[in-house]
Amino acid sequence: MLTTASHKKVLHQLNRSFLNEVGGLSRFAGRFFNQAFRPRYEIAEFIRQCFVIGYKSLPLIGLTSFILGLVLTMQLRPSMVSYGVESQLPAIVGIAVIREIGPVITALIFAGKIGSSIGAELGSMRVTEQIDAMEVSGTNPFKYLVVTRVLAATLMLPILVLLGDAISLFGSWIGINIRGATSFHLYWTQVFDNLAFTDVLPAFFKSFFFGFAVGIIGCFKGYNSSKGTEGVGISANSAVVVSSIVIFILDLLAVQVTDALGLN
Amino acid sequence: MDQLIKPEINEDNQELNEPVLKIQNLFKSFGDNHVLIDFNLELKKGESVVVLGKSGSGKSVMIKCVVGLLQPDKGSVIMFGKNIPELDDEELDRIRAKVGFLFQGNALYDSMTVRENLEFPMRRTWIQFSQEEVKRRVVETLEDVGLAHTIDMMPAELSGGMRKRIALARTLILRPEIILYDEPTTGLDPITGKEIIELMNEIQEKYNTSSLIISHDMKCVQTASDRVVVLIEGRCYAMGTYKELTQNTDPKVNEFFE
Repeated sequence: MLTTASHKKVLHQLNRSFLNEVGGLSRFAGRFFNQAFRPRYEIAEFIRQCFVIGYKSLPLIGLTSFILGLVLTMQLRPSMVSYGVESQLPAIVGIAVIREIGPVITALIFAGKIGSSIGAELGSMRVTEQIDAMEVSGTNPFKYLVVTRVLAATLMLPILVLLGDAISLFGSWIGINIRGATSFHLYWTQVFDNLAFTDVLPAFFKSFFFGFAVGIIGCFKGYNSSKGTEGVGISANSAVVVSSIVIFILDLLAVQVTDALGLN
Repeated sequence: MDQLIKPEINEDNQELNEPVLKIQNLFKSFGDNHVLIDFNLELKKGESVVVLGKSGSGKSVMIKCVVGLLQPDKGSVIMFGKNIPELDDEELDRIRAKVGFLFQGNALYDSMTVRENLEFPMRRTWIQFSQEEVKRRVVETLEDVGLAHTIDMMPAELSGGMRKRIALARTLILRPEIILYDEPTTGLDPITGKEIIELMNEIQEKYNTSSLIISHDMKCVQTASDRVVVLIEGRCYAMGTYKELTQNTDPKVNEFFE
């Protein structure tokens, strides 16, 4: 059985490793801001990363968003019918998807796909000395690999969230029409009539922060990978776990800020 | 026109004997682990020096300090008259264009073809190359290593020996004056290892490069070295030609040559 002293020791070690991680990530983010806006700009690599991170994530985000909207509608429908407010279904789904479910679910899927791929790719490049080879070739690997990926993730996630929201609402329209009959035009009119800019803008802005978190955490984990191939797996895994937790924390902070600003 | 980087030394014979690389009193530690302790070494123009040592003796750390991938705790690494640890990024890049580095694991970019791997240093260096020059140099360098037919292949499609040759071609692409080899024959079968050593010697002869080779492969030490430096516990323990060191009676040195 663990004694009080050994409990304290374990807690102390956990605390220390947590603080080391937070400190390392903060320094890494500081280095990103320090290097992101100084020449030489890696435009070609940035555009390539936007294609890889944004365009190539679209099928997955699109599919999951469609199913999300469809299932959400089908799950809500019985309750709405029992309360006699079935006609409010488009409004309820619209607000839920645009304000909360769309950005958070899209960000979590994005963390799973992009966070892990960045963590594994950079981790593998680190352990096979490709990052060192890049540096020896006169390339700043931080700018070439980290800055481009973090910027691409930050800019692509909000676009994916907007597209995902639209696809999700389309799925919801299909869901409504499985057991009812609402025209496409009427459905969208009902959704937009119940939405305000204060619903859309905070959700859109917080997705930039989600994208930044996924990019910077994936790069941090991969860039500082060690312990050979085992380390690559650890980097990919922890990139997803940490960015998912950070997405929820950021979401919590965002709701506090919008509340304080009277936007809720 | 071939944009070879001219050496910053006079054509005078005495000047040619000046070292292109001079490591003086180099110290490097990781926590309590003292990896390099007062390490010294000189490499002259056209010379090939092998640093021989056991695993963990600090060979790779030393070579990484030379190319600026690691910052030494103390001491100087003078290359082409500049002290590497004191250089800023821009100056370091200018020096690095004159230095090739062959990594132990080759470090080929997995996501790029052989052509793109070779083009990468040419497109990234401060020296401007025309499109035609890049294409011409890539083909010429691949011919030098006997693998012109692999130009559009991915590194994963190549054998270990072929990957080593491609890595060597990438090292050569900027026509460096100094080539640093980190365990060039490790992980290769004896025949392929011998071929790589022969290729290294051919390259040195053709381009008149200076070579600093890290190795514990005695075949490599014997056939590729003008001088051998024995690195033991972070210190330059013994130095001489291969023949001289084989006659050394010190048991620690003798251990390598038995």
